[in-house]
Amino acid sequence: MSSPAFFEYLLRLGDDRLVLGHRLSEWCGHGPILEEDIAVANIALDLIGEASLLLKLAASVEGKGRDEDALAYLRDAIEFRNSLIVELPKGDFGFTIVRQFLFSVYSMLQMDALQKSVNADLSGVAAKALKETRYHVRHSAQWVVTLGAGTAESHQRVQQSLDDLWRYTGELFIADDVDRQVAASGEGVDPSTLEGAWRGQVLSVLDRAGLRVPDAGYMQQGGRAGRHTEHLGHMLSEMQILARSHPGASW
Amino acid sequence: MVTRAVPSRDELLAVLDQVKDPEVPVVSVVELGIVRDAVATETGVEVTITPTYSGCPAMREIESDIRDALAEHGLGPVEIRVVYSPAWTTDWIGAAAKEKLEAYGIAPPGVVQRDELVSLERRARRVRCPFCKSLNTERKSEFGSTACKSIWFCRSCRQPFEEFKAI
Repeated sequence: MSSPAFFEYLLRLGDDRLVLGHRLSEWCGHGPILEEDIAVANIALDLIGEASLLLKLAASVEGKGRDEDALAYLRDAIEFRNSLIVELPKGDFGFTIVRQFLFSVYSMLQMDALQKSVNADLSGVAAKALKETRYHVRHSAQWVVTLGAGTAESHQRVQQSLDDLWRYTGELFIADDVDRQVAASGEGVDPSTLEGAWRGQVLSVLDRAGLRVPDAGYMQQGGRAGRHTEHLGHMLSEMQILARSHPGASW
Repeated sequence: MVTRAVPSRDELLAVLDQVKDPEVPVVSVVELGIVRDAVATETGVEVTITPTYSGCPAMREIESDIRDALAEHGLGPVEIRVVYSPAWTTDWIGAAAKEKLEAYGIAPPGVVQRDELVSLERRARRVRCPFCKSLNTERKSEFGSTACKSIWFCRSCRQPFEEFKAI
């Protein structure tokens, strides 16, 4: 069962959530209102918790004695397998919300499908994450509608964020050999099969929010192969400094 | 030499029922459904638990409280097994524990709704204020002081309160 492809696939799942969870945690203490500060920190906690379970599973599949902390704190940017969309700087609250929305719908569909993974550990983690992700989708979708159909400024800002983020959504659905192998073994899900449902769900909310769907144009990619934007390295330097400065520290 | 009787599952669960949730100290980890099983093995005790939320920071504390409680009764060494399936649900919380939550000032969870994948609104559910029992309440946020709670406000007694989220 422990194939290199499955390890790689689990890294993708775990890294998406670890990086997005860390980006989201940057709002802690800076939320626009107290309730949102709490909400965003809660969602970050869910994502980092999911990442920890997924990376733990990845480490055991790899079988080289690494644990989830080693994978999170001791890999360099080039070894990260997250999609580019999750590593972009947090931007303003509208940008954060639009990204959360686009990713949460994707994550919900992915976790829903992964409940049927032949790997019992992964299906258990997915069933749990799915429940949490439903809350994340509802939270971000409500904000997309509130801001999109809000004032002229809030509308303009989320429309701009949507336009800026759209080119990073294509990568989420690209299937490569890793995806095809884990889909064939029944361990994972081919991401290209999620695109239709994702589009349907996303467009219905954008419509309600009065937001224009960006034109399909050039799509950025590279994260799954370790080719990242300049932003990931800066984020990791902050995220990893404690663990790297004090190897083996516990508290 | 005195040989200890092997404790039964019920006896072990009775000990674990004294371990309270660190964030909600009126209900036990057994009542919350976090403890899934406890059995005496040849070498000690094996306790099976499941986390409430993937990132719940109380889980580590709960594990150490479980070890301490069993050790106090001379039971151990304790092996803790964490399972993720079936995923934890508030439907496992019994009526007595729900009453304790309400008396403590936390509105107990309702029945878990099996939503469509994306639905912007939850079907309207009335949550009763744990203080004045009014149904004239409104939800302020689906996220509260801990992962398992949401924030509400009672329009009758003008008190904010928390609800244990149905999940």
